[in-house]
Amino acid sequence: MAKYIVKRMAIGMVTLLIVSTVTFFLMFLVPGGPFLAEKAPSAATLKALEEKYGLDKPVPVQYKNYMLRLLKGDLGTSLKQRGREVNDIIFTRLPVSARVGGWAILVAVVLGVTLGSVAALNRGKAIDNVIVFLSTCGIAVPGFVVCTVLMYFLGAKLNILPTFGLTSYKHYIMPVIALSFYPMSYISRLMRSCMLDVLGQDYMRTAKAKGVSQWAALFKHALRNAILPVVTYLGPLLAYTLTGSFIVEKIFTIPGLGDSFISSITGRDYPLIMGTTIFLAFLVITMNVVVDIVYKLVDPRIKLG
Amino acid sequence: MSEYLVDIQNLRLSFFTPAGEVKALNDVSIQMKQGDVLGIVGESGSGKSVTAYSLMGLVPEPGRILSGSIIFNGHRIHEMSEKELRQIRGNEISIIFQDPMTSLNPVFTIGNQIEEVILLHTDKNRKEARERAEELLSLVGINEPKKRLRQYPHELSGGMRQRVMIAIALACEPKLLIADEPTTALDVTIQAQILELMNELKEKIGMSIIMITHDLGVVASMCEKIAVMYAGKIVEYGTAEEIFYNPQHEYTKGLLLSIPKLTATEHEKLIPIEGTPVDMLMPPQGCPFAPRCQNTMKICLKEMPPYTDINEDHYSACWLLQKQAYMTMKDGVAR
Ligand SMILES: Nc1ncnc2c1ncn2[C@@H]1O[C@H](COP(=O)(O)OP(=O)(O)OP(=O)(O)O)[C@@H](O)[C@H]1O
Ligand code: SF4
Ligand SMILES: [Mg+2]
Repeated sequence: MAKYIVKRMAIGMVTLLIVSTVTFFLMFLVPGGPFLAEKAPSAATLKALEEKYGLDKPVPVQYKNYMLRLLKGDLGTSLKQRGREVNDIIFTRLPVSARVGGWAILVAVVLGVTLGSVAALNRGKAIDNVIVFLSTCGIAVPGFVVCTVLMYFLGAKLNILPTFGLTSYKHYIMPVIALSFYPMSYISRLMRSCMLDVLGQDYMRTAKAKGVSQWAALFKHALRNAILPVVTYLGPLLAYTLTGSFIVEKIFTIPGLGDSFISSITGRDYPLIMGTTIFLAFLVITMNVVVDIVYKLVDPRIKLG
Repeated sequence: MSEYLVDIQNLRLSFFTPAGEVKALNDVSIQMKQGDVLGIVGESGSGKSVTAYSLMGLVPEPGRILSGSIIFNGHRIHEMSEKELRQIRGNEISIIFQDPMTSLNPVFTIGNQIEEVILLHTDKNRKEARERAEELLSLVGINEPKKRLRQYPHELSGGMRQRVMIAIALACEPKLLIADEPTTALDVTIQAQILELMNELKEKIGMSIIMITHDLGVVASMCEKIAVMYAGKIVEYGTAEEIFYNPQHEYTKGLLLSIPKLTATEHEKLIPIEGTPVDMLMPPQGCPFAPRCQNTMKICLKEMPPYTDINEDHYSACWLLQKQAYMTMKDGVAR
């Protein structure tokens, strides 16, 4: 197990190296620059600024400097928010996204697993059709449409929920619904098909023949098996949702990481873009290792290595 | 209470599938006394499993019991609720299935799965249940039971898993053990070992067994009574002796010709039964075996043959055995 974790971490480091290198060079392909905003600075100022941030150096030198700092965990300083460390920005923004995202994941998993199981148990009946229809919608309808519809009805028409900011529990409701809709639908579909598969397995018949009650068979024997694929999906889901959705944060004006990432791109804030990208990559890799380990705990057949 | 442990009377059971009504059981009656070992043989789809499952109140959807009664150990199974049936399943009556590779839950330990049934039906606590599980594993011939209890199904071979299934089935000392083709999925050598184990346990525990198989060799080695099923009907019933040496039904005769003789030393030719199994959606009106029978008469096509008693413990449903039908048969052989 320990050996496996070390191995995965090593592979993760290589992945991170590749991600940071690719991002670094992509930066140079993007037209425009950080200081070409509304009012263009004079040639002298521009030169001074570029000198200050090391942008005048040859690309390989810049790359070397960047990677060296990265090794120390230093993601550099923002170009736009003068003097602020990228690390500092990420760690003030992340908790905001993580809170909304955390709730969304909880809702998505609990509802997704429940709805999927209910649909499977009532296969072909009305309730199954309703759940399948809803979850198909949830997968097909893009996030921004969900946000807009929610805002229009709950915010504007009925005026029962605030449409921007994040200052009370009420503010969480719409973003959480918007964020959890897709993963909930995905999980419920996944859960439904896995549950149907599991319910037809021989060991379910064995459980019945042993005199296990229907509910005990469901919760003990079926759920544990049917939930395995959901656990796999949880890795990427955690990473993406906890770090904030760009769309949802933009629409509901939530000061999270996703919102900050968009601004960094439109503002050509190179260090912030790279910092956020690398941080996200790091998170995805870590979450996947965590999920692998959880998976091993749930399914004894899995051999890590 | 009836004198029988198992008393199935005139059971009719159908599956109402989208394609139509599958008449899986047509007037099946079985009686077994405490300690009897009954073999049910017949080709695929003849209703062997459905008969056995119905005895546990386990009729898979979309099956319905249309008429008849199932009495087991004084319980009127066909009238019991799910909750009442649960008390009996795994306790007074248990079953081992064909495929040990898939019959155990992959995510729970062997110990957990044996203890589950003990905790369910006895008032043993966890520790006592574990001790009993260990004892059971030794009983079914698994070495290092302590270690095995902590292992998962995928760590065990097929033969081992079937032994575990047997241990689960025996956990609460059932009155009746149903073995639904317990060796079909196993290698020949492992098959022999499992059969030997079952024979041993039969002696040791003295429970009744229903052995379902298409393998007449298997029943010959352990069953006292044999029921031959064809198209949802018991076409012949008798002691193993009678069935092997004095078969009466044309299907039974065919079945015996199609297997290597137990007694034959020289290489005898095997004769397969011609034709295909009955389409259960549209069973023929008369004898279900008529389309494949060598001696079909006109009456066979029109009317279901009644049972004829050959002797006290042997009966069969074939028109050839009905003397008066045979005598008054003016229309003669149909083909
Ligand atoms: N769940 C079900 N739905 C519909 N029909 C079924 C179902 N289970 C069994 N049947 C039908 O009932 C009949 C008897 O099936 P059964 O499983 O008892 O046969 P069997 O003698 O055990 O055969 P095998 O040797 O293949 O196990 C078959 O025609 C089968 O198609
Ligand atoms: S009843 Fe007729 S068709 Fe059926 S087995 Fe006997 S002889 Fe053959
Ligand atoms: Mg069967």
